[in-house]
Amino acid sequence: MTATLTESNGTASARLRAKSVSLAYDDHVVVDHLDLDIPDGKVTAIIGPNACGKSTLLRALARLLRPSSGHVVLDGELIHKRPTKDVARRLGLLPQTPIAPEGITVVDLVARGRTPHQKLFQQWSTSDEAAVSAALEATGTSALADRAVDELSGGQRQRVWIAMALAQETELLLLDEPTTFLDIAHQIDVLDLVDELNRDRGRTVVIVLHDLNLACRYADHVVAMRDGGIVAVGRPAEVITAETVRDVFGLDSMVIEDPVSSTPLVVPISARRENAPNLPSTQRLGAETETRS
Amino acid sequence: MTLLDDLHRGADDLATSESSREVAAVSISGRVIRRRGFSVRLDPRAIGVCVGLAGLIVIVGLWSISVGDFPIPISDVVATLLGNPTEDSEFIVGTLRMPRVLVGTGVGAAFGMSGAIFQSLVRNPLGSPDIIGFTGGAALGAVVMIVYFEASALQVSIGAVAGGLIAAVLVYLLAWKRGVQAYRLVLVGIGAGFAISAVIDYMITRAEINDVQRAAVWLTGSLNGRSWDEVRIVVVALAVLGPLAVLMQRNLDRLDLGDDTAAGLGVNVGRAKLMLVLVGVGLAALGVAAAGPVAFVAFVSGPIARRLVSSPRACIVPAAFVGALVTVVADLAARRLLAPTELPVGIMTALIGAPYLLWLLTRQARTGAL
Repeated sequence: MTATLTESNGTASARLRAKSVSLAYDDHVVVDHLDLDIPDGKVTAIIGPNACGKSTLLRALARLLRPSSGHVVLDGELIHKRPTKDVARRLGLLPQTPIAPEGITVVDLVARGRTPHQKLFQQWSTSDEAAVSAALEATGTSALADRAVDELSGGQRQRVWIAMALAQETELLLLDEPTTFLDIAHQIDVLDLVDELNRDRGRTVVIVLHDLNLACRYADHVVAMRDGGIVAVGRPAEVITAETVRDVFGLDSMVIEDPVSSTPLVVPISARRENAPNLPSTQRLGAETETRS
Repeated sequence: MTLLDDLHRGADDLATSESSREVAAVSISGRVIRRRGFSVRLDPRAIGVCVGLAGLIVIVGLWSISVGDFPIPISDVVATLLGNPTEDSEFIVGTLRMPRVLVGTGVGAAFGMSGAIFQSLVRNPLGSPDIIGFTGGAALGAVVMIVYFEASALQVSIGAVAGGLIAAVLVYLLAWKRGVQAYRLVLVGIGAGFAISAVIDYMITRAEINDVQRAAVWLTGSLNGRSWDEVRIVVVALAVLGPLAVLMQRNLDRLDLGDDTAAGLGVNVGRAKLMLVLVGVGLAALGVAAAGPVAFVAFVSGPIARRLVSSPRACIVPAAFVGALVTVVADLAARRLLAPTELPVGIMTALIGAPYLLWLLTRQARTGAL
């Protein structure tokens, strides 16, 4: 299952690319011969059902997982040939479940983002200080700087983790489901922040997301995965159709225009609650539902 | 601290004049010293704690040298140490009591550092090397050398390090199931500890009575009759492994954020963990080689140090000072509590450590961490 790469980024440059990458845990193959270019300066969202390999792919893109075949290329060189520290200066990563040490303050945690820029006797330079200060400001966490991370709300904590990744001052930012466990308001809050980082600060962002509609709204580029392969890739308006949703999630749906952002809005159709009064039957998709109604 | 204050202020002035960027002050913890391309972060509280503990160690050490069947006034002890011995004091201080105190200090420091490293790596205070069988492995290695090879101090050390490493590898492999989970490591380690002590018991019952006596006293963890040979072991251990442990504090702090986050920050996770385990096992094993598996010193030092420094990091250096003080105090108590009978120091440390272990076990069982 290889990707069709020509759609929207035929001309765009890509510093980070996966070339025929296969990923496996032990003998269990999770991702099979996958090709992907991450377009520079864009927000790329990776979507797909649970266990489709999206987080695994992100781990490989971040050099955390070594492909069993194929390779990930960063700035023209194999990412696994690059030293860890060198990768960390180019690419920042926020894993799904980072752990905050008990009692650590926000500023101390964010300061750890400076690790790849520090040396044994360069533990806290003026540029470290400037970067941390800027990261706190960008994420709106300056006021929390002296608070303990474990006292914060889930949304605040996620901002702090993003601040840590920002303090790393990398142009590429990889975020693994940063909105999971957050309520809808905090999800928007975090994604607005991502949007700002991309548009105002020119960061290239790769983000694994569960929520299709938020992915459509915030991403320039969507990668839809199923069973360790890419089903569709491109601009949300081109890619997210009822057909793709059925292919990827096995779910019948109606795709309409999001009244707020004019991006695709996926409205799922359930077998149990389908007979809403004003459902225009022409937009119905899926043979089963057609015959039943 | 005034010197540091001045340095800091000076560096700040320099920084603001040099840097064109507007930098909002960031109140990072610790004190920062900057000079041109050089910058260090120090934790004044940790330094204070270490200085305070060092003072206490000196006081208890002098006291311990002074008391005994043949008391020597503190003033004479100090005079002897400064090179002006009286008639009797040279032998008693220089040959009998001084090495004992030095070995106690060094062994305590080694156990303290080792405990702090493993407790942080395993993310659980029960991950201490004396709980999860690593010191047991070192003890087995040493007993093999004593019983079968009538070994010298150096050979016992080699046996201990080898035993500790083998135990660590075994426990790690047995606990492996797609990576190592902390609670599995702790449970497997405790089991391995029992298996190891069974093997030691078997060897003791089969061995020559003289060797058994030597091994048995040593197995309780004793500082009795320690000579400059053992002092040399701990000095070498601390001089080589101590600085390595301190250098690796940085990586240990990053690993505290989770393996993936640490790797994302540029830490070579596999190599960093391997180095930490090697240094941690080395420290514990050399401690065992010098004084036997003194119970619970590694186990209590890390948590006490963290409490004193009140820091979210693993406090490797403060834990060394705590371990040293705990061991020296325990040895003084072991010598004087039932004087003229001397108890092995391991019994005293067990008296402190065992209740803490019970409390921790019940608490973790209740909160479901274990």
